[in-house]
Amino acid sequence: MKRGWKQIPIAAVSWINSTEYKTGSWRSFRPIVDYEKCIKCMQCWVYCPDLAIKWNGEEINVDYDYCKGCGICSEECPVGAIKMVKEV
Amino acid sequence: MITEQEVIGLNGDEAVAYAAKQCKVDVVAAYPITPQTIIVEKFSEYVANGEVETEFITVESEHSALSACVGASAVGARVFTATAANGLALMHEIVYVASGLRLPIVMVVVNRALSSPINIHCDHGDSMAERDAGWIQIYTEDAQEAYDTVIQGFRIAEDERVLLPVMVMLDGFFISHTLQNVFVLPDETVKKFVGEKRNVPEIEIMGKRVKLKLDPSFPLTIGPLALYDYYHEIKRGQAEAINSSMEIIKKVHDEYSRVSGRKYGDGVLDSYKLEDAEIAIVCIGSAAGTVKSVVNEVREEGLKAGCLRIRVFRPFPADEIRRILSGIPVIGVLDRSLSFGGMGGPLQYEIKVSMYDEPKRPLIMNYAYGLGGRDLPPGTVKKIFYELNKLKGKQKPKETFKFIDVRE
Ligand code: SF4
Ligand code: SF4
Repeated sequence: MKRGWKQIPIAAVSWINSTEYKTGSWRSFRPIVDYEKCIKCMQCWVYCPDLAIKWNGEEINVDYDYCKGCGICSEECPVGAIKMVKEV
Repeated sequence: MITEQEVIGLNGDEAVAYAAKQCKVDVVAAYPITPQTIIVEKFSEYVANGEVETEFITVESEHSALSACVGASAVGARVFTATAANGLALMHEIVYVASGLRLPIVMVVVNRALSSPINIHCDHGDSMAERDAGWIQIYTEDAQEAYDTVIQGFRIAEDERVLLPVMVMLDGFFISHTLQNVFVLPDETVKKFVGEKRNVPEIEIMGKRVKLKLDPSFPLTIGPLALYDYYHEIKRGQAEAINSSMEIIKKVHDEYSRVSGRKYGDGVLDSYKLEDAEIAIVCIGSAAGTVKSVVNEVREEGLKAGCLRIRVFRPFPADEIRRILSGIPVIGVLDRSLSFGGMGGPLQYEIKVSMYDEPKRPLIMNYAYGLGGRDLPPGTVKKIFYELNKLKGKQKPKETFKFIDVRE
């Protein structure tokens, strides 16, 4: 249920944590990692403006809840391991 | 108990700077512009002399001045600034931001005509252009009232039930540069009245009570994106805030009058000899002094004249106005600004809407006067009163809006 005007905090201060905004829903292109090609150089992790590239100790993963599909990781990857695929 | 007060010779601008000093503002961010310059000049002297602990932020434009005020206010500071005319117009974007974020900034606008042609003298076109921006707008009549209203302004703005920016207007040169004997309260009294520091209220966010301010220990998103799903509701809430500020404005005025011994009508409207009036002039700002003195003059000559000065223009006191003006058959509204292509000046719109629901609507004439600092001499006001008097019991004339004292 969306809040009515009496339930909105003064000055429209956000009443939920920013992590609850799933900005991944804005995406029209999805980065897909080819792990055969990936050399774990972490350039994508450095460049992603949304901190959507995660490192789990073994490999990188894209957090699709927040990845907006800008394609910067794909552009920066030195070995072409990230492909941008149109969302359906 | 009325406090004993010192009298000092101050012009309107100096009186404002003195009040801001006594209100112990944390931050002033301002850019000089005539006829406001004396305010920030005087205040920067206080800073240089160590008389205040204020952080004075010098900026390169008025847009930046108000932006810096917004930032400072968002971290909980008590913030003051001043501007005029083109400076206010340059702030326009941020004027809306300040009210939308509910930041209790006090800004003095020394009314000056907008370009072009360039002019440095008084009219109300600058602040009228901001009337829809969500700020409380209070127009003063003289330097004393300007001093008193700045002090009241902080109390109103920072009240937890209001939390809105307050714009205090004084007429350029007529008030800003005219020396007057001003009664000033002792520093201690002002400190007690406005509070030593701004009281930042708490709000509930994610089940926690937190201060409504930017603070790294509990980060808040102030000024989020809100589209068609929420913007409408947010603006509805903002409209409620300014409408319900009227009672607080009156209460603060009453409380202040108990300390200072000075009253400006009921704090919202200042009526003069309207009880038995058959003709009335409604006006704003320093013109009221002239109108009131002419009321006395024409009353001696048998006219039942009165004056209503609108002190608080936003929120607009429509109900009170209707009550006060009800039964007065002919009313003249003086406008010191225009609404080009409209049907008269901005004040007459408000008055006409306020009176529309009256069973017996009065005849309302509208006079544009004093643009770009043109004087409003008593003789002109007298002419208007006699014209209004002649219209009693008559049909509405074809033209109800006219420029007064204009060369053909
Ligand atoms: S597409 Fe953009 S947002 Fe998504 S992971 Fe790559 S760099 Fe980050
Ligand atoms: S930039 Fe390319 S190679 Fe480097 S870690 Fe990311 S996907 Fe792998």
